[in-house]
Amino acid sequence: MLLPYIARRILILIPLLVIISIISFTLIQLPPGDYLNMYIMQLRASGTTINEEQIGQLKFLYGLDKSLPEQYLLWMKNILIDGNFGNSFQYNRPVTDILIARVPLTAAVSIATTIFIWLVAVPIGIYSATHQYSLIDYFWTFISFIGVAVPSFLLALIFIWIAFITFDISAIGLFSPAFEDAPWSAAKVLDLLKHLWVPVVIIGMSGTAGLMRTMRSMMLDELNKQYVITARAKGLSELRLLMKYPVRSAMNPVISTIGWMLPGIIGGEVLVSMVMNIPTVGPVLFTALMNQDMYLAGSIIFILSILTVIGTLISDILLVWLDPRIRYEEVAQ
Amino acid sequence: MTTETQGYSDGLGAGAKTVAASPRDRAKQELYTASQWKLMRMKFRKHKLAQIALVVLGLFYLVAALCEVVAPYQTDRDFQKHLFAPPTRIRFFVEEEGASRFVGPYVYGLKGTVDKKFNRTFAINPEERFPIRIWVRGDEYKLWGVWKTDRHLFGTAEPGYLFLFGTDRLGRDVFSRVIYGTRISLTIGLVGVLLSFLLGLIIGGVSGYFGGSVDELIQRTIDLLVSIPTLPLWMALAAAVPREWTTIQIYFAITIVLSIVGWAGLARTVRGKLLSLREEDFAIAARVSGVSEWRIITRHLLPLFLSYIVVAITLAIPHMILGETALSFLGLGLQAPAVSWGVLLKDAQQIVSVALHPWLLLPALFVIVTVLMFNFLGDGLRDAADPYSIL
Repeated sequence: MLLPYIARRILILIPLLVIISIISFTLIQLPPGDYLNMYIMQLRASGTTINEEQIGQLKFLYGLDKSLPEQYLLWMKNILIDGNFGNSFQYNRPVTDILIARVPLTAAVSIATTIFIWLVAVPIGIYSATHQYSLIDYFWTFISFIGVAVPSFLLALIFIWIAFITFDISAIGLFSPAFEDAPWSAAKVLDLLKHLWVPVVIIGMSGTAGLMRTMRSMMLDELNKQYVITARAKGLSELRLLMKYPVRSAMNPVISTIGWMLPGIIGGEVLVSMVMNIPTVGPVLFTALMNQDMYLAGSIIFILSILTVIGTLISDILLVWLDPRIRYEEVAQ
Repeated sequence: MTTETQGYSDGLGAGAKTVAASPRDRAKQELYTASQWKLMRMKFRKHKLAQIALVVLGLFYLVAALCEVVAPYQTDRDFQKHLFAPPTRIRFFVEEEGASRFVGPYVYGLKGTVDKKFNRTFAINPEERFPIRIWVRGDEYKLWGVWKTDRHLFGTAEPGYLFLFGTDRLGRDVFSRVIYGTRISLTIGLVGVLLSFLLGLIIGGVSGYFGGSVDELIQRTIDLLVSIPTLPLWMALAAAVPREWTTIQIYFAITIVLSIVGWAGLARTVRGKLLSLREEDFAIAARVSGVSEWRIITRHLLPLFLSYIVVAITLAIPHMILGETALSFLGLGLQAPAVSWGVLLKDAQQIVSVALHPWLLLPALFVIVTVLMFNFLGDGLRDAADPYSIL
C-alpha cells in the first residue's frame, strides 16, 4: 500500500516544482534594473566609455535581450537537459561550479540539525512529561522558552563573541585551515564532523525548544489515557510501558512537525552561515541578491526549495509508514 | 463523575434557594453562570507569567509611543569626544571622610584619552558630579510632530553625560537609540500581523465561499508558500525594495514582505480550526435543533473562534519582529538613519568591535525579552481560551 502512495506523492511533486521554479525566477526579476545596469554603471564610474552597440552586445551575451518567458524557458531547458543553472554574472562562472561544493554542505548541516533536534528534544520531552512539575522539568521549560525567544543569528553572534574573547578565534568555519582547500578524504570528513556541531546546535536551538514542548504535551495527553493505567495495573514495567505505547502515539504528531520545521531549519542555516561565515549557500545567496546576480540567486532559492520539499515528502512517507491509521484514510480516498 | 454532578446541583440549588449563601457557594455559583469571556478572564488571571508579560509589553508599547520623551538624547546626537564610551556607572553614595553618604543617583564626568596603542579609554573625573534628575531639559523635539518641548523623562545636566548603554562608533547614545528602535521594531510586528490577518481573512473567505476548485487552488498556494524556506524568500523580496525609498516607504514594504509569507501560515491554522469547529458536536446539535446558520456562526462558533484568532495573532507577532530584526541585521531591511533593533544589531556584526565594546549587543536583550513576553502572553491566552482546561 505504501508504494502507490509514494508514487502519487512524487507525481504531485512535479507541478509543485514547476511552480517553485517560476516563483524563483520571478523573485529575482523583481528588483528594478538588472545586473547589466549595475555593470554598465560600474564601467562608466571607472571611466570606461560604453556605447549603445556595446550594450546591445552585452545584452545578447547575457541573454537579456530576450523576453522574460523566453529567458525562463531557456533557463529551465538548460537545467533539465544538462543540469546547467546558467552563468553567474558576478563570478563569471557557471552557477553549478559555485554551488557544487556548497549545496551538499547546506544539506549536511540541515540534516545534521534535524537529527540533532530529534535526538535531544524527544528524550527530554519524554522525561519532562513523566516527571511533570519536577525541578528538571522546570529547568527544561525555562531552557525551551529561551531557545524559542533567542533568534539563531543572535545565538551565532553571541557564540562568536564568546569564542573571540576566550579563545581569540575570529572565524569559525566548517574546516580547520589545513583542510580548507584540501580534496575530500576521510580525514577531511572527520575534520568536518569536529566543526559541524557549532552551527548545528545554534540552528537547532529553537527547533529543539519547540519540539521539546510538543513532545512533552503530547506525552502528557497520552499518559492520562486509560490504556496506560490498564497496562500499569497489569504489571508492565514502567520503561517498557512507556516505550511501547504512549511514546509511539506521541511520536506521530512530532514526526509531522518535520514538514514545518524544515523551511525554518534551512532558513536558519542560511542566516547562521552568513553570520559565522560558513562555506554553505548562505553567504553566496546574500551577495548574489545584493548584486542582482539573477541566475545565481534564483538557482539557490530553487535548490533550497527543492531540498525543503523533498525533506517534507520524506517526513510524510515516514509518517504513513509509522502510523497505519493515516494509510487507511489514504486508501479509502 | 458523581461528585461533579453533585457539586453542580449544589451550586445551582444554593443560588435558587436562598440569597444569603456562603461566600464559597456564591463563588461557585458565579463560576457556573459565568459567560465564556468571563471564564477566560478568570483563567487568564491565574496565569502569572502571562500577566507579567502583559504588563511588560504594555510598558514597552508605552515607551514606543513616547520614545522622544523617554530617551535622554536624540538618535542622531553624536558626542564626538565620547566615541565607544562604556555604559556610565550610576552612583548613589559619596565617600566623605571615610563614611559613605547617600546623595541620590549621580554620575561623574567622563574624560576620554587615547593610549599609546590608540585604544580609547575613559577615566572618570571625581571633581565633576552630575546628579540625575527627572524631567530635565535637553535636546529639543516635537512629540508626535505636534508639541514642541525639550523635556526628557530623565537625564543629567550637560556637560555631564548619561550613557546607560554606552555609545557607538559615532558617539551616539545606545540607550536612546534602543528606545527609539522600540517604535519601529514593535509596531512592525503589529502592522505586519494585522496585514497578514486581513490577507488571510479575505483569501480564506474567498476560499471558503467559492469552495471547489478555487478553494483547492488557494489551499495549494498556501502549501506552496509554507514549503518555501521563509528566510531566503524574505531576503529575495526585501532585496527588491529600492534602496532610495524613504524610511516610511521601506517600513511598509518590509511589512508587506513579512505578511506575504505570514498570511499563509495564519490562514491555514485559522481555516483548519474553523473546519473542525463546524463539525463539533455542539454545532451539529444546534443545527439539528433548527438553529439558523447565522446564529450558529455568531453565537456558537465565533466566540470560540475569536479567542483562537487572538492566540494565533499573539503568537505570530514575535515571528514578524524577529523577521524584521533579521532582515535589518543583514542590511536588507530598514536602512540607517532609520533606527530599529535590527539596524542597531547591524553595528554588532563586526566581531572585533563587539569584543572591545560588548554593550553594542545590548539591543539583542530587548529583542529576546519582547519575543519571550509575547510567547508567555500567547501561552496564557491559549490556556484561557481552551474551553477544556480546568479552572
